[in-house]
Amino acid sequence: MSEGARTSARPKALTDGAARLLAATEMDPRLLAMIGALAVIWIVLNVLTGGIFLSPRNLFNLAVQSSVVGVMATGMVFVIVARNIDLSVGSVLGFVGMIIAFLQVDVFPIDAAWNWPLTIVLGIMVGALAGTWQGYWIAYRGVPAFVVTLGGLLIFRGGAFLITDGRTIAPLNQTYQLLGGGIDGSIGALWSWILGAVAVVTVVVMSTRARAKRRKFGFPTKPLWAAVGLIVVSAVLIITFVVIMNSYNKPRTEIPRGIPVPVLILIAVVVGMTLLARMTKFGRYVFAMGGSPEAANLSGINVRRITLWIFILMGMLCGVAAIITTARLNAGTNSMGTLAELSVIAAAVIGGTALAGGRGTIPGAILGAVIIQSLDNGMVLMSVSSPMRQIVIGVVLILAVWSDVSLNKVRQ
Amino acid sequence: MAEAPLVEMRHVYKRFGGVHAVEDVTIDLFAGEVVGLVGHNGAGKSTLMKGLSGALPIDGGEIFIRGERIDIRNPRDARHHGIETIYQNLALADNLDAPANLFLGREIVTAMGTLDDDAMEHEARKVLQRLNPSFTNIKQPTGNLSGGQRQAVAIARAIHFNARILVMDEPTAALGPQESEMVGELIKQLKSEGIGIFLVSHDLHDVFDLSDRISVMKNGGMVGTRATADLTQEQALGMIILGKLPEEQPAFQ
Repeated sequence: MSEGARTSARPKALTDGAARLLAATEMDPRLLAMIGALAVIWIVLNVLTGGIFLSPRNLFNLAVQSSVVGVMATGMVFVIVARNIDLSVGSVLGFVGMIIAFLQVDVFPIDAAWNWPLTIVLGIMVGALAGTWQGYWIAYRGVPAFVVTLGGLLIFRGGAFLITDGRTIAPLNQTYQLLGGGIDGSIGALWSWILGAVAVVTVVVMSTRARAKRRKFGFPTKPLWAAVGLIVVSAVLIITFVVIMNSYNKPRTEIPRGIPVPVLILIAVVVGMTLLARMTKFGRYVFAMGGSPEAANLSGINVRRITLWIFILMGMLCGVAAIITTARLNAGTNSMGTLAELSVIAAAVIGGTALAGGRGTIPGAILGAVIIQSLDNGMVLMSVSSPMRQIVIGVVLILAVWSDVSLNKVRQ
Repeated sequence: MAEAPLVEMRHVYKRFGGVHAVEDVTIDLFAGEVVGLVGHNGAGKSTLMKGLSGALPIDGGEIFIRGERIDIRNPRDARHHGIETIYQNLALADNLDAPANLFLGREIVTAMGTLDDDAMEHEARKVLQRLNPSFTNIKQPTGNLSGGQRQAVAIARAIHFNARILVMDEPTAALGPQESEMVGELIKQLKSEGIGIFLVSHDLHDVFDLSDRISVMKNGGMVGTRATADLTQEQALGMIILGKLPEEQPAFQ
């Protein structure tokens, strides 16, 4: 046997092993590649910042910073999967945020106990109305989403200014501020542990039940070691997350902060949107429309109504993002969310959502949001200037899509 | 009077802009019968059938099912009346797997209203197994499947929901000889179950093998309908090319 043959044997065995692992765990290779990329980015940034990047304090901040873009990115996945686009999300965030702040401070008594729950509900409703307006033009009047939401970008930014003629509204309701994840805006060590435990139990129960059901039908199932391995990895990740969030104390105390409220909101949104995408007719139809609008229509799907609902959903998620943003700022300013549409679209696209439609995942979009936020956060720690950060993130966006495109070519 | 036909389309019109794609066409179909619909490209066969399946609702004329006048404004209406269609391009969502495509728009849901993917996979395996025993990788996106497997998914989708009327638009165009034969067997079986089938095809051999009657269209109009037994392939070709009934044709030398 020649030298060359022997040296090439080992990488082949390695890729075979990786392929077997992929097949056994039924993991999406795209998602795994993203997790790998994120790990590399984190390690590099940690080295470059002398260990600051992966400190509990910074990871806590990173989680809070990622939540606004993350919440909106889950909706953008639906929008893009169904072959649309939404350029207005940043402006809708600003508009809804200004309405919430205006109602909370200038209209209702600011210290009333019902103030913040009511303004939250109204804010999400305003977001839904903005989505209805745009969805109507797109679904029922046939104006391309690019145009409608480009118009929306201007309309809602202008609207955000007009609510108070550009005046900033601050401060907001005391309880409401907790939703932004400030000093008291976390749930503490005990509740973080309880939540972590619930999450681990849920993972175990759901995996076991899904497996039992496939068994009952006599379908092939993952090998036991792969199923158990996935559960163990998930549990370790959940516990690690709780430990990190509990390792960052409130200033000048030994009291751990625990999971911040905005991250809880993000987790709730991710769980809800994942269930919607994978377990409901609505989610199935969104993907069918992205794969083939014609097939969806011929299968009796009301494509227009689904499109309208996608934009209503997107509007409501902009409302949720507006709540986190205003609560964090403890103010309403008319420039909130400026250029957020670009981060949100970039998060979805880096997370594997195909702009041609039909393909994308909620966890992928969250990973995309965390990748963008990690780069931004890490470069801030390294005192990289704002223009330079923009350049780096722009290049990463192109590289991410390029690697996706070349991976697809290799697979075919 | 004899029993009302399963389907009757009377004086049907369909225009695109100023062009009459279908003009004053009348056609009928009885239970347990196969009617072959033939004609050149652009003769209006597919457009007529899309009027029946709701993909391109008709502009004028009437549609009767078992003597009862019905409106078909979209594919949902057609499905509601037991009309199922296998489209020439198959109309599959390539990013979804076979069970998802098979049940698209008619998903099986759990008691909680969520999708029951396992039950759909179970049903899909059963029906696809019948059509194509070697087709087991059904969890692949349909875009990754072979032409024959994709066709099996499209056929399974049409026959799984107790169709009474089946429209097959070029069902064998993408298939090899063996798979075509399988489709032929399937048509005979469905026919024996009392299903009425419109078979749109370019392939005169297929049409003569499988149809009880043959309707010929040309330039959007109906040339005529004849029992297959009373027609030779030459006469049918004459109808397709000249647009005249056999009696009117000049004798071939």
